Amino acid sequence: MLKREKRRYLALEVVSEQPLNEQTVLDTVQSSVHRLFGEYGASQANLKLIKFIPEKRQFVIRCSHKALERVRAAIASTTEINGKTAAIHVLGVSGTLKALSKKTRNI
Amino acid sequence: MKRFADLHLRVPLKNLHQAESMIRKASELGYNLVGIALSPHATREQISQLRHICSDAKVDFVTRVNFSPRTPNELLYSLRRYRRKFEIVAVRCHTKDVARQAAKDRRVDLLQFSVTSLRKRFFDEAEAELASQALSSLEIELTPMLQLTSFSRVRLLSSLRREVATAERFKVPIMISSGATNELFMRGPRDYAALATLFDLPMSSALRALSDNPWVTVERNRKKLSADYVAPGIHVVGRKTDA
Repeated sequence: MLKREKRRYLALEVVSEQPLNEQTVLDTVQSSVHRLFGEYGASQANLKLIKFIPEKRQFVIRCSHKALERVRAAIASTTEINGKTAAIHVLGVSGTLKALSKKTRNI
Repeated sequence: MKRFADLHLRVPLKNLHQAESMIRKASELGYNLVGIALSPHATREQISQLRHICSDAKVDFVTRVNFSPRTPNELLYSLRRYRRKFEIVAVRCHTKDVARQAAKDRRVDLLQFSVTSLRKRFFDEAEAELASQALSSLEIELTPMLQLTSFSRVRLLSSLRREVATAERFKVPIMISSGATNELFMRGPRDYAALATLFDLPMSSALRALSDNPWVTVERNRKKLSADYVAPGIHVVGRKTDA
């Protein structure tokens, strides 16, 4: 029987002074993963943007649980967005969106 | 629950506003202890100001000094003069002689190596053996890894991988610190641990390098610097005062 792939949800916060949109943040994370781990690693990460709250500069992404550490490393290695200095912090990680919203109450 | 430590914040001492924001950020990110690099000539007033900011942010403050000696004699002179003034002493080793002297001296807590010139990274097996006998630790700063790009980063990762393997083989404690000069280069402890997996440091060892290892060193040094310390294994447990 085919096993269902486990996933992890990451709540993230962007520290940057420039305006952000959904596509920019997802592209930034994806390009970080791609830069560090290449096309093969990026394909295993299976990234998807779940939620974006522009006013709080927070967003939730989903990735494969096997690629969690790699995605986390890629997020931590992000130092710029659209050529301007920025940082992305992980606020919480969970296996379900419900548990993630409990952990990080303001998301 | 783990208590995390960042033993190297490069806080600008002249700009207390930025210092405060960096310390608060460290607290927000989940650190319980921060080490701030000070000049050997730092005044008591500067130290007490930082201590005050740290206590407001609810983080423990550790005084730290970084030496960059050119010769082993210069290192010995600095250690004799300043060791008792600071809780953590780190030595950036620019020459092999200095690296060997620093590794075998028990007064040195952390060994640092150049991140730009990889020929000046002297952490080989001989160095690791000396360091493991003298209880010195290998410090790995992660801000350069964030700042470097493409091949410079690849080369740094490759050296770090080799050094980490050597350190683990000789049981030299590894310390991971930020070395951040501003808030944008600060990351949470688990993010740093994830970054450390890039040079093949297992997650559990990386978390230890951010929590247990620094705490053990800081507590040992605090004991040594206390007035009750006499010699290794001997300390004053009580004093009798004549009425």
